[in-house]
Amino acid sequence: MEAFGLLLHGFAVLLTWKTLLLMMVGLVLGIFVGVLPGLGGPNGVAILLPLTFTMDPTSAIVMLSCIYWGALFGGAITSILFNIPGEAWSVATTFDGYPMAQQGKAAEALTAAFTSSFIGSLVAVLLITFLAPMISSFALKFGPPEFFAVYLLTFCSFVGLGREAKHKTVISMSLGLLLAGVGMDTVSGQLRMTFGSAELLRGINFLVAVIGLFGISEILLTMEERLALRGHAAGISLRVVLSVWKDLPKYWVTLLRSSVIGCWLGITPGGAIAASFMGYNLAKRFSKDQESFGKGRIEGVFAPETAAHASGTSALLPMLALGIPGSGTAAILLGGLMVWGLNPGPLLFVEHKDFVWGLIASMYLGNVVGLVLVLTTVPIFASILRVPFAAVAPMIVVSCAIGAYAIQNAMFDIWLMLGFGVVGYVFKKIGIPLAPFTLALVLGSRAEDAFRLSMIGSGGDMKVFWSNGLVGGITTLAIVLLFWPVIDKAIAGLGRMLRPARA
Amino acid sequence: MSNTELEIVVDDPTAPEDNSPAVVSTGVVDIVVSLLLLALAVVLGWDNWRTGASWDSTGPQPGYFPFYLSVILGAASLYGLGATFVSRREAVETVVTRAQLRRVMAVFVPTFLFCLATQYLGLYVASFLLIAGFMRLVGKIALWKSLLTAFIFTAAMFMTFDIAFDVIMPKGPLEAAFGY
Repeated sequence: MEAFGLLLHGFAVLLTWKTLLLMMVGLVLGIFVGVLPGLGGPNGVAILLPLTFTMDPTSAIVMLSCIYWGALFGGAITSILFNIPGEAWSVATTFDGYPMAQQGKAAEALTAAFTSSFIGSLVAVLLITFLAPMISSFALKFGPPEFFAVYLLTFCSFVGLGREAKHKTVISMSLGLLLAGVGMDTVSGQLRMTFGSAELLRGINFLVAVIGLFGISEILLTMEERLALRGHAAGISLRVVLSVWKDLPKYWVTLLRSSVIGCWLGITPGGAIAASFMGYNLAKRFSKDQESFGKGRIEGVFAPETAAHASGTSALLPMLALGIPGSGTAAILLGGLMVWGLNPGPLLFVEHKDFVWGLIASMYLGNVVGLVLVLTTVPIFASILRVPFAAVAPMIVVSCAIGAYAIQNAMFDIWLMLGFGVVGYVFKKIGIPLAPFTLALVLGSRAEDAFRLSMIGSGGDMKVFWSNGLVGGITTLAIVLLFWPVIDKAIAGLGRMLRPARA
Repeated sequence: MSNTELEIVVDDPTAPEDNSPAVVSTGVVDIVVSLLLLALAVVLGWDNWRTGASWDSTGPQPGYFPFYLSVILGAASLYGLGATFVSRREAVETVVTRAQLRRVMAVFVPTFLFCLATQYLGLYVASFLLIAGFMRLVGKIALWKSLLTAFIFTAAMFMTFDIAFDVIMPKGPLEAAFGY
């Protein structure tokens, strides 16, 4: 059990007052971001990233991941009290959470949401603890063709399994990959797509793009809505917490089912949003009393929240083990790792043991601290919503600008951020998904390097991607996933043709 | 804790009306964006072709990977263009109403001016102006509250970034006068 020893060491690294304080700060900022309309996990992490630039990598990632946990917790507060999902993955929580609040059971609903979030994350962190070292030691044997095949698999699964129109996913992804190539070519040293501009020489920074795409565009979108709201105020007493916890074992099937769904969808790029809906729907389908769902049933809060958090957390597994983020927010955390000169991927487990296990330990601690924190401070956070958006919006704009500037100390990046803000707004309006763009931008140059290195190694022979069982299997799977909608239709069509014949 | 009365109420004085006329429909925006992306794909593809998009003795040239990506981007945009023309049904959907656009502009224009001001006056002065101006003009919040909030926020940012964390922000004449 080498992993266990390292994990304990990780805890030892973390249990200092300074780190615990950073955790609290991160969590509070994260909940703040999760509660505010128009700001979410990815935006929060992107905007607050510059704060961590001067910290050492371990403190920085602890704070960033706590912002992420905080945002996950925060989304539930507005869903239950105001019927406004702070995050897309909290939409399913409003189905039963808000009716519970209307019946005066807001405290129970909140406790249920926070507790199940905690359980979901815990299951996912356990999975990471045991699986990540195994996957990464396996991936250490990977050469460039294997890595390219894995990148290809990621991109193809986004296109094949995504819910958006296929060509829109392709547009978003190829645009991201192209922009990742702007600037100096890392293999040959030649300039590409700079059109003689000195500013473009540095390339388009991933984080600048993300701050614009998620931060600025989200404010533009939020302003379209009517921002008036009314809702319940609630405080949670220890008695309510204990009574909800006492009933918890009764719902172990729901909790387990949602955790499994969440973990699976988090690792594959399905995402927390799909997981929360799936968790809710399955809980409803398997329930003996389906009618009572949507009318304030506590199980309807447990199911989506557990799934959303299990998914949000397990999205970090492929990021740590393979260097491939499972969600938009994980992609931004990955961008952060690269700022500190850490190269995510299997080597991370060998070269930066302290860091990796510190991070995993911080997931355990951050969740425990987070649970206690949200249970005690809900009334304060609910009242944040009283601050008018007209005061919050310009502050977010300023924070975005600070973030964009701080990355490379370039005024040009502030303009770039504004440009990406407009692009993000338009893309969201016409349904071009932003997650593939983010993923492509952060993985682009590495995918290209892997491709070119394998080509150089094989002397330009494409057969290298089928040269052994492993790489061939991954490449074939990637292509199958890319054409999955077509194959799915073909199988269904075949089934329909065969059935009448048999009947 | 079983009090059910509504306790938190926030109003939005400048909210967009619900029955505002549409400015533009999905179809039009789809077409414009597809054309822009197509143009971008052509420009980038041409630039990469010039850099060299074929093979030499060491393997693919620098322009190879991005060139074929531009081809994919161009093809997807063309498909999008075609799909929009074929399905005119979607085209009726509203992208943005006039009232909504006015609100979006109420954020975008100040943000643009803020970026411009940052270039010449430095980030802190620009941020003070943005917050105070936005709260007063868009949010209709009392002048003293707006000024005070803007001052406290800007000062807090200055203390956090320039002094505590040594993350240096762009500065202008005002900071120069104080010796920063």
